[in-house]
Amino acid sequence: MVTRDLSRSLAQHAFFRGMDEKHLVFLAGCAKNVLFDQGTFIFREGEKAGVFYLLRYGQVALEVHGPRKGQIRFQSLHEDDVLGWSWLFPPYTWHFDARALSLVRAFAFDGVCVREKCDADHELGYQLMSRFAEVMVGRLQAARLQCLDLYGAPA
Amino acid sequence: MALPPNPAFTAPHVNDPMVPQPYRIAGRREENYDTFTLELVPLGDEEPHGFRPGQFNMLYLFGIGEVPISISGDPARPELLAHTVRALGTVTTAMKELKVGDVVGLRGPYGSSWPFEALQRQDVIIVAGGIGLAPLRPLIHHLLSERRRYGRLVLLYGARTPGDLLFQKQLAKWDEKTALEVHLTVDRGTVAWRGNVGVVTTLIPRVQFDVSHASAVICGPEIMMRYSALELEKRGMARDQIYVSQERNMKCAVGFCGHCQFGPHFVCKDGPVFPFSLVAPLMKVREV
Ligand SMILES: Cc1cc2nc3c(=O)[nH]c(=O)nc-3n(C[C@H](O)[C@H](O)[C@H](O)COP(=O)(O)OP(=O)(O)OC[C@H]3O[C@@H](n4cnc5c(N)ncnc54)[C@H](O)[C@@H]3O)c2cc1C
Ligand code: FES
Repeated sequence: MVTRDLSRSLAQHAFFRGMDEKHLVFLAGCAKNVLFDQGTFIFREGEKAGVFYLLRYGQVALEVHGPRKGQIRFQSLHEDDVLGWSWLFPPYTWHFDARALSLVRAFAFDGVCVREKCDADHELGYQLMSRFAEVMVGRLQAARLQCLDLYGAPA
Repeated sequence: MALPPNPAFTAPHVNDPMVPQPYRIAGRREENYDTFTLELVPLGDEEPHGFRPGQFNMLYLFGIGEVPISISGDPARPELLAHTVRALGTVTTAMKELKVGDVVGLRGPYGSSWPFEALQRQDVIIVAGGIGLAPLRPLIHHLLSERRRYGRLVLLYGARTPGDLLFQKQLAKWDEKTALEVHLTVDRGTVAWRGNVGVVTTLIPRVQFDVSHASAVICGPEIMMRYSALELEKRGMARDQIYVSQERNMKCAVGFCGHCQFGPHFVCKDGPVFPFSLVAPLMKVREV
Protein backbone atom coordinates (compact mmCIF):
# COMPACT_ATOMS: atom_id res chain seq x y z
CA MET A 1 0.00 0.00 0.00
CA VAL A 2 2.78 2.40 1.01
CA THR A 3 4.69 1.40 -2.15
CA ARG A 4 1.64 2.09 -4.30
CA ASP A 5 1.16 5.55 -2.68
CA LEU A 6 4.82 6.32 -3.23
CA SER A 7 4.65 5.16 -6.86
CA ARG A 8 1.79 7.64 -7.38
CA SER A 9 3.94 10.45 -5.99
CA LEU A 10 6.84 9.32 -8.18
CA ALA A 11 4.62 9.54 -11.25
CA GLN A 12 4.22 13.29 -10.51
CA HIS A 13 7.96 13.90 -10.78
CA ALA A 14 9.26 15.30 -14.09
CA PHE A 15 11.97 12.63 -14.24
CA PHE A 16 9.45 9.80 -14.43
CA ARG A 17 7.03 11.46 -16.85
CA GLY A 18 5.66 8.79 -19.19
CA MET A 19 7.02 5.81 -17.26
CA ASP A 20 4.87 2.65 -16.96
CA GLU A 21 3.03 2.25 -13.70
CA LYS A 22 4.41 -1.28 -13.18
CA HIS A 23 7.97 0.13 -13.35
CA LEU A 24 7.11 2.90 -10.91
CA VAL A 25 5.64 0.41 -8.46
CA PHE A 26 8.76 -1.73 -8.84
CA LEU A 27 11.06 1.29 -8.27
CA ALA A 28 9.01 2.60 -5.36
CA GLY A 29 10.27 -0.41 -3.41
CA CYS A 30 13.73 1.22 -3.50
CA ALA A 31 12.54 4.76 -2.65
CA LYS A 32 11.74 6.80 0.43
CA ASN A 33 10.92 10.42 1.23
CA VAL A 34 13.73 12.46 2.79
CA LEU A 35 14.19 15.99 4.18
CA PHE A 36 17.32 18.11 4.57
CA ASP A 37 17.49 21.32 6.56
CA GLN A 38 19.05 24.41 5.06
CA GLY A 39 22.84 24.32 5.26
CA THR A 40 23.23 20.57 5.77
CA PHE A 41 25.42 18.48 3.49
CA ILE A 42 23.46 15.87 1.57
CA PHE A 43 26.74 14.18 0.70
CA ARG A 44 30.42 15.02 0.63
CA GLU A 45 33.18 14.35 -1.88
CA GLY A 46 34.81 10.93 -1.33
CA GLU A 47 31.94 9.42 0.68
CA LYS A 48 30.29 6.21 -0.48
CA ALA A 49 27.62 6.94 -3.11
CA GLY A 50 24.77 4.55 -2.44
CA VAL A 51 21.77 6.73 -3.38
CA PHE A 52 20.38 9.17 -5.87
CA TYR A 53 17.79 11.87 -5.23
CA LEU A 54 14.90 13.35 -7.16
CA LEU A 55 14.34 16.84 -5.80
CA ARG A 56 10.75 17.77 -4.98
CA TYR A 57 11.29 21.08 -3.26
CA GLY A 58 14.16 23.45 -2.49
CA GLN A 59 17.58 24.18 -3.87
CA VAL A 60 20.85 22.24 -3.67
CA ALA A 61 24.35 23.50 -4.48
CA LEU A 62 27.12 21.32 -5.87
CA GLU A 63 30.47 22.47 -4.55
CA VAL A 64 34.12 21.68 -4.66
CA HIS A 65 36.74 23.09 -2.33
CA GLY A 66 40.42 23.68 -2.76
CA PRO A 67 43.31 25.39 -1.00
CA ARG A 68 43.19 29.18 -1.31
CA LYS A 69 40.05 28.86 -3.45
CA GLY A 70 37.70 27.97 -0.62
CA GLN A 71 34.32 26.53 -1.47
CA ILE A 72 33.35 26.99 -5.14
CA ARG A 73 29.74 26.58 -6.12
CA PHE A 74 29.53 25.39 -9.72
CA GLN A 75 25.95 24.26 -10.07
CA SER A 76 22.62 24.61 -8.37
CA LEU A 77 19.80 22.10 -8.64
CA HIS A 78 16.11 22.64 -8.04
CA GLU A 79 12.68 21.07 -7.87
CA ASP A 80 12.32 18.39 -10.58
CA ASP A 81 16.10 17.89 -10.92
CA VAL A 82 18.06 14.68 -10.37
CA LEU A 83 20.89 14.75 -7.85
CA GLY A 84 23.69 12.19 -8.10
CA TRP A 85 24.83 9.51 -10.52
CA SER A 86 27.97 8.26 -8.80
CA TRP A 87 25.84 5.35 -7.49
CA LEU A 88 25.67 4.06 -11.08
CA PHE A 89 29.29 3.06 -11.67
CA PRO A 90 32.23 1.84 -9.57
CA PRO A 91 33.90 3.07 -7.42
CA TYR A 92 30.52 4.38 -6.14
CA THR A 93 31.95 7.45 -4.42
CA TRP A 94 30.69 11.04 -4.59
CA HIS A 95 32.83 13.35 -6.71
CA PHE A 96 31.55 16.61 -5.19
CA ASP A 97 29.81 18.03 -2.13
CA ALA A 98 26.05 18.63 -2.23
CA ARG A 99 24.63 21.13 0.24
CA ALA A 100 21.01 22.09 0.88
CA LEU A 101 20.64 25.84 0.26
CA SER A 102 17.11 25.78 1.63
CA LEU A 103 14.86 23.20 3.16
CA VAL A 104 14.99 20.32 0.65
CA ARG A 105 12.41 17.60 0.13
CA ALA A 106 13.35 14.69 -2.11
CA PHE A 107 12.82 11.07 -3.02
CA ALA A 108 15.94 9.06 -2.15
CA PHE A 109 16.57 5.82 -4.07
CA ASP A 110 18.76 3.03 -2.79
CA GLY A 111 21.36 2.55 -5.56
CA VAL A 112 22.03 -1.16 -4.94
CA CYS A 113 18.31 -1.91 -4.94
CA VAL A 114 17.77 0.05 -8.19
CA ARG A 115 20.75 -1.61 -9.89
CA GLU A 116 19.43 -5.06 -8.93
CA LYS A 117 15.98 -4.24 -10.27
CA CYS A 118 17.47 -2.97 -13.53
CA ASP A 119 19.50 -6.19 -13.87
CA ALA A 120 16.34 -8.23 -13.31
CA ASP A 121 14.18 -6.16 -15.70
CA HIS A 122 16.06 -4.78 -18.69
CA GLU A 123 13.08 -2.84 -19.95
CA LEU A 124 13.04 -0.94 -16.64
CA GLY A 125 16.83 -0.56 -16.93
CA TYR A 126 16.48 0.93 -20.41
CA GLN A 127 13.72 3.32 -19.31
CA LEU A 128 15.75 4.51 -16.36
CA MET A 129 19.10 4.78 -18.14
CA SER A 130 17.65 6.68 -21.10
CA ARG A 131 16.26 9.22 -18.62
CA PHE A 132 19.62 9.50 -16.90
CA ALA A 133 21.37 9.82 -20.29
CA GLU A 134 19.10 12.73 -21.24
CA VAL A 135 19.81 14.52 -17.97
CA MET A 136 23.56 13.88 -18.32
CA VAL A 137 23.67 15.20 -21.89
CA GLY A 138 21.85 18.35 -20.78
CA ARG A 139 24.28 18.85 -17.90
CA LEU A 140 27.30 18.18 -20.14
CA GLN A 141 26.12 20.75 -22.69
CA ALA A 142 25.53 23.32 -19.95
CA ALA A 143 28.93 22.54 -18.39
CA ARG A 144 30.64 23.07 -21.75
CA LEU A 145 29.05 26.50 -22.11
CA GLN A 146 30.04 27.30 -18.53
CA CYS A 147 33.67 26.36 -19.34
CA LEU A 148 33.69 28.83 -22.24
CA ASP A 149 33.49 31.73 -19.80
CA LEU A 150 30.87 33.21 -22.11
CA TYR A 151 30.23 36.52 -20.41
CA GLY A 152 33.90 37.26 -19.85
CA ALA A 153 34.78 37.11 -23.51
CA PRO A 154 34.03 39.97 -25.89
CA ALA A 155 30.95 39.40 -28.04
CA MET B 1 33.86 81.71 -62.54
CA ALA B 2 33.89 81.58 -58.74
CA LEU B 3 34.84 78.20 -57.43
CA PRO B 4 33.04 76.68 -54.45
CA PRO B 5 35.02 76.90 -51.21
CA ASN B 6 37.60 74.23 -50.59
CA PRO B 7 35.76 71.61 -48.54
CA ALA B 8 38.85 71.08 -46.40
CA PHE B 9 38.51 74.62 -45.05
CA THR B 10 34.77 74.69 -44.32
CA ALA B 11 33.57 74.19 -40.79
CA PRO B 12 31.82 70.85 -40.25
CA HIS B 13 28.07 71.20 -40.18
CA VAL B 14 26.63 70.53 -36.76
CA ASN B 15 23.91 68.35 -38.22
CA ASP B 16 26.46 66.20 -40.01
CA PRO B 17 25.86 62.67 -38.65
CA MET B 18 29.61 62.14 -38.59
CA VAL B 19 30.34 65.09 -36.31
CA PRO B 20 30.29 64.35 -32.58
CA GLN B 21 28.73 66.92 -30.27
CA PRO B 22 30.39 67.73 -26.94
CA TYR B 23 28.73 66.17 -23.89
CA ARG B 24 29.71 66.68 -20.27
CA ILE B 25 29.89 63.84 -17.77
CA ALA B 26 27.28 64.78 -15.17
CA GLY B 27 27.41 61.50 -13.23
CA ARG B 28 29.67 58.50 -12.96
CA ARG B 29 29.14 55.19 -11.13
CA GLU B 30 31.32 52.12 -10.72
CA GLU B 31 29.13 49.11 -11.49
CA ASN B 32 31.83 46.53 -10.74
CA TYR B 33 35.60 46.12 -11.12
CA ASP B 34 35.63 46.67 -14.92
CA THR B 35 32.29 48.29 -15.69
CA PHE B 36 31.11 51.84 -15.08
CA THR B 37 28.19 54.07 -16.04
CA LEU B 38 28.58 57.58 -17.43
CA GLU B 39 25.65 60.00 -17.42
CA LEU B 40 26.01 62.58 -20.16
CA VAL B 41 24.39 65.97 -20.74
CA PRO B 42 24.89 68.23 -23.77
CA LEU B 43 27.49 70.95 -23.25
CA GLY B 44 25.44 73.52 -25.16
CA ASP B 45 21.80 74.26 -24.52
CA GLU B 46 20.43 71.96 -27.18
CA GLU B 47 17.33 69.90 -26.44
CA PRO B 48 18.03 66.33 -25.38
CA HIS B 49 17.56 63.75 -28.15
CA GLY B 50 14.99 61.13 -27.31
CA PHE B 51 15.99 57.55 -27.93
CA ARG B 52 14.33 54.17 -28.29
CA PRO B 53 15.37 51.28 -26.02
CA GLY B 54 18.10 49.26 -27.73
CA GLN B 55 19.66 52.15 -29.65
CA PHE B 56 23.30 53.16 -29.27
CA ASN B 57 25.49 56.24 -29.48
CA MET B 58 29.01 56.64 -30.80
CA LEU B 59 31.13 57.98 -27.92
CA TYR B 60 34.33 59.74 -28.89
CA LEU B 61 37.24 60.08 -26.53
CA PHE B 62 39.19 62.97 -28.03
CA GLY B 63 42.49 61.90 -29.52
CA ILE B 64 41.94 58.25 -28.69
CA GLY B 65 38.99 56.90 -30.63
CA GLU B 66 35.31 56.33 -30.97
CA VAL B 67 33.21 53.33 -29.85
CA PRO B 68 29.56 52.30 -30.14
CA ILE B 69 27.91 52.10 -26.71
CA SER B 70 24.25 51.34 -26.06
CA ILE B 71 22.15 53.74 -24.08
CA SER B 72 21.45 52.10 -20.71
CA GLY B 73 19.21 54.67 -19.00
CA ASP B 74 15.51 55.34 -18.76
CA PRO B 75 14.01 56.49 -22.08
CA ALA B 76 11.60 58.66 -20.09
CA ARG B 77 14.63 60.71 -18.93
CA PRO B 78 16.56 61.41 -22.15
CA GLU B 79 18.12 64.54 -20.62
CA LEU B 80 20.52 62.27 -18.71
CA LEU B 81 21.99 59.85 -21.26
CA ALA B 82 23.39 56.87 -19.36
CA HIS B 83 25.96 54.58 -20.98
CA THR B 84 27.31 51.53 -19.18
CA VAL B 85 30.75 50.61 -20.41
CA ARG B 86 32.96 47.61 -19.85
CA ALA B 87 36.67 48.44 -20.05
CA LEU B 88 38.05 46.01 -22.62
CA GLY B 89 40.46 47.66 -25.06
CA THR B 90 42.04 50.98 -26.00
CA VAL B 91 39.08 53.36 -25.92
CA THR B 92 36.95 51.79 -23.22
CA THR B 93 39.92 51.41 -20.84
CA ALA B 94 40.81 55.08 -21.33
CA MET B 95 37.15 55.96 -20.75
CA LYS B 96 37.31 54.34 -17.34
CA GLU B 97 39.61 57.18 -16.23
CA LEU B 98 37.06 59.90 -17.07
CA LYS B 99 35.69 62.00 -14.21
CA VAL B 100 32.57 64.08 -13.63
CA GLY B 101 32.99 67.34 -15.59
CA ASP B 102 35.11 65.79 -18.37
CA VAL B 103 33.84 66.16 -21.93
CA VAL B 104 33.36 63.45 -24.57
CA GLY B 105 32.04 63.58 -28.12
CA LEU B 106 28.70 61.94 -28.82
CA ARG B 107 26.76 61.26 -31.99
CA GLY B 108 23.58 59.31 -32.26
CA PRO B 109 21.24 57.74 -31.35
CA TYR B 110 21.60 55.10 -34.03
CA GLY B 111 20.14 51.77 -34.98
CA SER B 112 17.00 49.77 -34.51
CA SER B 113 15.28 49.32 -31.16
CA TRP B 114 13.68 46.52 -29.17
CA PRO B 115 10.22 45.98 -30.70
CA PHE B 116 8.17 46.98 -27.68
CA GLU B 117 5.07 47.55 -29.79
CA ALA B 118 5.21 43.92 -30.96
CA LEU B 119 5.69 42.81 -27.34
CA GLN B 120 2.37 44.25 -26.21
CA ARG B 121 -0.03 41.71 -24.65
CA GLN B 122 2.75 39.13 -24.69
CA ASP B 123 4.65 37.38 -21.92
CA VAL B 124 8.14 38.83 -22.35
CA ILE B 125 11.20 36.76 -21.50
CA ILE B 126 14.28 38.98 -21.24
CA VAL B 127 17.56 37.06 -21.39
CA ALA B 128 20.76 38.94 -20.59
CA GLY B 129 24.37 37.88 -20.25
CA GLY B 130 27.14 40.02 -18.71
CA ILE B 131 27.23 43.58 -20.10
CA GLY B 132 24.20 42.57 -22.25
CA LEU B 133 21.90 43.76 -19.46
CA ALA B 134 22.86 47.39 -20.24
CA PRO B 135 21.13 47.62 -23.67
CA LEU B 136 18.10 45.84 -22.19
CA ARG B 137 17.71 48.15 -19.21
CA PRO B 138 15.92 50.94 -21.15
CA LEU B 139 13.48 48.32 -22.43
CA ILE B 140 12.81 47.10 -18.89
CA HIS B 141 12.19 50.71 -17.77
CA HIS B 142 9.80 51.14 -20.64
CA LEU B 143 7.91 47.87 -20.07
CA LEU B 144 7.51 48.67 -16.38
CA SER B 145 6.30 52.19 -17.17
CA GLU B 146 3.46 50.63 -19.18
CA ARG B 147 3.17 47.47 -17.12
CA ARG B 148 -0.51 46.82 -17.80
CA ARG B 149 0.13 46.45 -21.54
CA TYR B 150 2.24 43.31 -21.05
CA GLY B 151 1.74 39.81 -19.69
CA ARG B 152 4.25 38.07 -17.49
CA LEU B 153 7.64 39.84 -17.46
CA VAL B 154 10.63 37.66 -16.67
CA LEU B 155 14.30 38.65 -16.56
CA LEU B 156 16.91 35.89 -16.75
CA TYR B 157 20.36 37.31 -16.16
CA GLY B 158 23.67 35.48 -16.06
CA ALA B 159 27.16 36.68 -15.19
CA ARG B 160 30.51 35.14 -14.35
CA THR B 161 30.39 35.63 -10.57
CA PRO B 162 28.08 37.43 -8.13
CA GLY B 163 30.48 40.41 -8.24
CA ASP B 164 30.00 40.73 -12.01
CA LEU B 165 26.24 41.21 -11.84
CA LEU B 166 25.33 44.74 -12.95
CA PHE B 167 22.74 47.07 -11.41
CA GLN B 168 22.33 44.84 -8.35
CA LYS B 169 20.33 47.30 -6.24
CA GLN B 170 17.98 47.97 -9.11
CA LEU B 171 17.54 44.25 -9.80
CA ALA B 172 16.58 43.66 -6.16
CA LYS B 173 14.13 46.57 -6.28
CA TRP B 174 12.56 45.39 -9.52
CA ASP B 175 12.17 41.88 -8.12
CA GLU B 176 10.58 43.07 -4.86
CA LYS B 177 8.57 46.06 -5.91
CA THR B 178 7.48 45.49 -9.50
CA ALA B 179 5.81 42.67 -11.34
CA LEU B 180 9.08 41.71 -13.01
CA GLU B 181 10.34 38.25 -12.03
CA VAL B 182 14.11 38.37 -11.74
CA HIS B 183 16.17 35.17 -11.93
CA LEU B 184 19.91 35.55 -11.54
CA THR B 185 22.59 32.98 -12.18
CA VAL B 186 26.38 32.92 -12.08
CA ASP B 187 28.99 30.57 -13.49
CA ARG B 188 30.85 30.35 -10.19
CA GLY B 189 29.20 31.02 -6.86
CA THR B 190 30.70 31.78 -3.49
CA VAL B 191 29.42 30.33 -0.23
CA ALA B 192 27.57 33.59 0.41
CA TRP B 193 25.73 33.28 -2.93
CA ARG B 194 22.34 31.63 -2.42
CA GLY B 195 21.10 32.02 -5.98
CA ASN B 196 21.40 29.85 -9.08
CA VAL B 197 24.70 28.54 -10.38
CA GLY B 198 24.97 27.57 -14.05
CA VAL B 199 24.80 29.32 -17.41
CA VAL B 200 21.77 31.48 -18.17
CA THR B 201 20.43 28.91 -20.66
CA THR B 202 19.74 26.54 -17.73
CA LEU B 203 17.13 28.95 -16.36
CA ILE B 204 15.01 28.81 -19.51
CA PRO B 205 13.45 25.35 -18.98
CA ARG B 206 12.28 26.45 -15.52
CA VAL B 207 10.41 29.68 -16.26
CA GLN B 208 6.71 29.80 -16.90
CA PHE B 209 5.24 31.51 -19.93
CA ASP B 210 2.44 30.99 -22.40
CA VAL B 211 4.34 30.07 -25.53
CA SER B 212 1.51 31.01 -27.87
CA HIS B 213 1.59 34.55 -26.45
CA ALA B 214 5.24 35.08 -25.64
CA SER B 215 8.30 36.79 -27.08
CA ALA B 216 11.89 36.83 -25.98
CA VAL B 217 14.58 39.50 -26.23
CA ILE B 218 18.19 38.42 -25.81
CA CYS B 219 21.38 40.42 -25.40
CA GLY B 220 24.83 39.15 -24.59
CA PRO B 221 27.75 37.41 -26.23
CA GLU B 222 26.76 35.79 -29.52
CA ILE B 223 27.29 32.19 -28.38
CA MET B 224 25.10 32.81 -25.36
CA MET B 225 22.38 34.32 -27.57
CA ARG B 226 22.47 31.33 -29.95
CA TYR B 227 22.14 28.78 -27.17
CA SER B 228 19.50 30.80 -25.33
CA ALA B 229 17.46 30.94 -28.55
CA LEU B 230 17.90 27.17 -28.92
CA GLU B 231 16.49 26.59 -25.41
CA LEU B 232 13.56 28.90 -26.18
CA GLU B 233 12.93 26.98 -29.39
CA LYS B 234 12.92 23.76 -27.34
CA ARG B 235 10.15 25.36 -25.27
CA GLY B 236 8.17 25.86 -28.49
CA MET B 237 9.00 29.48 -29.37
CA ALA B 238 9.28 30.26 -33.07
CA ARG B 239 12.31 32.20 -34.31
CA ASP B 240 10.20 35.21 -35.18
CA GLN B 241 9.12 35.46 -31.53
CA ILE B 242 12.76 35.99 -30.55
CA TYR B 243 14.84 39.18 -30.94
CA VAL B 244 18.59 39.53 -30.47
CA SER B 245 21.01 42.46 -30.39
CA GLN B 246 24.09 41.94 -32.56
CA GLU B 247 27.53 43.47 -32.10
CA ARG B 248 30.01 44.14 -34.86
CA ASN B 249 32.96 46.52 -35.17
CA MET B 250 31.79 49.94 -36.29
CA LYS B 251 33.25 53.07 -37.80
CA CYS B 252 30.65 55.35 -39.36
CA ALA B 253 27.51 53.97 -37.64
CA VAL B 254 25.34 55.36 -40.45
CA GLY B 255 25.61 52.73 -43.15
CA PHE B 256 28.46 54.22 -45.23
CA CYS B 257 31.62 52.31 -44.49
CA GLY B 258 30.62 48.64 -44.36
CA HIS B 259 32.66 47.89 -41.24
CA CYS B 260 29.66 46.40 -39.46
CA GLN B 261 28.46 44.28 -42.36
CA PHE B 262 26.72 41.08 -41.29
CA GLY B 263 25.76 39.14 -44.39
CA PRO B 264 23.39 41.43 -46.31
CA HIS B 265 22.77 43.61 -43.23
CA PHE B 266 24.57 46.58 -41.73
CA VAL B 267 24.39 46.19 -37.95
CA CYS B 268 24.59 49.97 -37.40
CA LYS B 269 21.60 50.75 -39.61
CA ASP B 270 19.49 47.59 -39.92
CA GLY B 271 20.37 46.48 -36.36
CA PRO B 272 21.63 46.13 -33.73
CA VAL B 273 18.26 44.58 -32.82
CA PHE B 274 17.16 41.91 -35.30
CA PRO B 275 14.46 39.25 -35.31
CA PHE B 276 16.29 35.99 -34.67
CA SER B 277 14.58 34.49 -37.74
CA LEU B 278 16.53 36.97 -39.89
CA VAL B 279 19.99 36.44 -38.42
CA ALA B 280 19.95 32.82 -37.18
CA PRO B 281 21.17 31.37 -40.51
CA LEU B 282 24.00 33.96 -40.62
CA MET B 283 25.10 33.23 -37.07
CA LYS B 284 26.09 29.75 -38.19
CA VAL B 285 28.31 31.03 -41.02
CA ARG B 286 31.86 31.25 -39.73
CA GLU B 287 33.06 33.78 -42.28
CA VAL B 288 30.36 36.39 -41.53
C1 LIG C 1 25.73 48.32 -31.21
C2 LIG C 1 26.77 48.11 -30.15
C3 LIG C 1 26.46 48.40 -28.84
C4 LIG C 1 27.42 48.22 -27.84
N1 LIG C 1 27.09 48.53 -26.56
C5 LIG C 1 28.02 48.42 -25.59
C6 LIG C 1 27.71 48.80 -24.25
O1 LIG C 1 26.60 49.22 -23.92
N2 LIG C 1 28.68 48.69 -23.32
C7 LIG C 1 29.94 48.20 -23.65
O2 LIG C 1 30.80 48.12 -22.75
N3 LIG C 1 30.24 47.82 -24.89
C8 LIG C 1 29.33 47.93 -25.87
N4 LIG C 1 29.65 47.56 -27.15
C9 LIG C 1 30.99 47.02 -27.40
C10 LIG C 1 31.99 48.14 -27.47
O3 LIG C 1 31.68 48.96 -28.57
C11 LIG C 1 33.40 47.56 -27.63
O4 LIG C 1 33.76 46.90 -26.44
C12 LIG C 1 34.38 48.67 -27.89
O5 LIG C 1 34.19 49.12 -29.20
C13 LIG C 1 35.79 48.18 -27.73
O6 LIG C 1 36.64 49.25 -28.08
P1 LIG C 1 38.05 49.43 -27.41
O7 LIG C 1 38.81 50.48 -28.16
O8 LIG C 1 37.93 49.66 -25.95
O9 LIG C 1 38.70 48.03 -27.63
P2 LIG C 1 39.69 47.61 -28.78
O10 LIG C 1 41.04 48.04 -28.39
O11 LIG C 1 39.18 48.01 -30.10
O12 LIG C 1 39.54 46.07 -28.61
C14 LIG C 1 38.46 45.44 -29.22
C15 LIG C 1 38.32 44.03 -28.65
O13 LIG C 1 39.47 43.30 -28.77
C16 LIG C 1 39.85 42.79 -27.54
N5 LIG C 1 41.27 43.03 -27.35
C17 LIG C 1 41.87 44.23 -27.25
N6 LIG C 1 43.16 44.09 -27.08
C18 LIG C 1 43.38 42.76 -27.05
C19 LIG C 1 44.53 41.96 -26.92
N7 LIG C 1 45.72 42.51 -26.78
N8 LIG C 1 44.38 40.61 -26.94
C20 LIG C 1 43.19 40.05 -27.10
N9 LIG C 1 42.07 40.76 -27.25
C21 LIG C 1 42.16 42.07 -27.23
C22 LIG C 1 39.14 43.49 -26.46
O14 LIG C 1 38.77 42.57 -25.48
C23 LIG C 1 37.99 44.08 -27.19
O15 LIG C 1 36.86 43.27 -27.07
C24 LIG C 1 28.72 47.71 -28.17
C25 LIG C 1 29.01 47.41 -29.49
C26 LIG C 1 28.06 47.59 -30.46
C27 LIG C 1 28.39 47.26 -31.89
S1 FES D 1 29.59 51.14 -39.21
FE1 FES D 1 29.84 51.93 -41.20
S2 FES D 1 28.33 50.85 -42.28
FE2 FES D 1 27.93 50.28 -40.24
